[in-house]
Amino acid sequence: MGDSAEEIRHHIKGYFLVYLALMVLTGVTVGVSYFHLAIHWAVLVAFIVAAVKGGLVAAIFMHLNNEKKIIYWILILTAVLAVGFIIPVLMDVEISAYTQRHIPQ
Amino acid sequence: MSVVIPYVSKPHPVTGVTNAKLGIWLFLASEVMLFGALFSSLIVLRVGSTDWPVGSTILNVPLAFVNTIILITSSLTMVMAWASLKLNNLGKYKMYMGLTILLSFAFLVVKYFEYSAKIHHGLSPATSNFLGIYFTMTGLHGLHIIGGIVVNAYLWIPGAKMWHSDPERFTGRVEVAGLYWHFVDLVWIFLFPTLYLL
Repeated sequence: MGDSAEEIRHHIKGYFLVYLALMVLTGVTVGVSYFHLAIHWAVLVAFIVAAVKGGLVAAIFMHLNNEKKIIYWILILTAVLAVGFIIPVLMDVEISAYTQRHIPQ
Repeated sequence: MSVVIPYVSKPHPVTGVTNAKLGIWLFLASEVMLFGALFSSLIVLRVGSTDWPVGSTILNVPLAFVNTIILITSSLTMVMAWASLKLNNLGKYKMYMGLTILLSFAFLVVKYFEYSAKIHHGLSPATSNFLGIYFTMTGLHGLHIIGGIVVNAYLWIPGAKMWHSDPERFTGRVEVAGLYWHFVDLVWIFLFPTLYLL
């Protein structure tokens, strides 16, 4: 990240633009909930909007758009572990649901 | 004999970042796992339940919407506090940091009204799995807000003395506190639709 006053002032403009985008996207999140979409579409839209908002916060406010390699490696390892723990849980839930539907008790 | 902690202002030659920044990112990685475990629990409870309620039928969406606006605004004021130090403007830093703390308290006040209404209506974590996970996740998030207030309040008044002796190190401290604060905002960005709207 550049440290000159000129560069910081340039970044400040970006912060305010991101803030506006986050406000609009928050409105979108709430607005979409009033359409009463089917649950899978509601989940999809909610998570796409949340992911965009989270991405903006991480990239611009947390400066991840211009960070050192070691920080990216930490985050990649975290993502792999987090997803690695969640997937077996989801598989277990799915297998249990399948068993209940298809195997006579 | 005093112990000098190395690389608190200058980047470490191996990592390319200050030890403080490396430390906060490792801490945030552990936080991802903590909240990740709770989100997994929410998914398991929800998928395994035959009548999971829609959050908006039980929870107060307008209050949560206001809190979302408050938290996003506090993220802006936090990053502006850091940018003000980069521009050598301590006065503006104090203004933005003060605003961040004020907004943090506003978030907690709104949360207090939300919790009070639930408890007044006899709704507690023991009422249902939905309310159990709601109180657990928002309660843990609220504790993070309180932790952020403590750190930011220190950096606002007593800790700001460091600006006069070691401005680079102080700016680094504010940046690290800011990374934590933005993470707390980021968690709420996912909590809000997950609990209140779906």
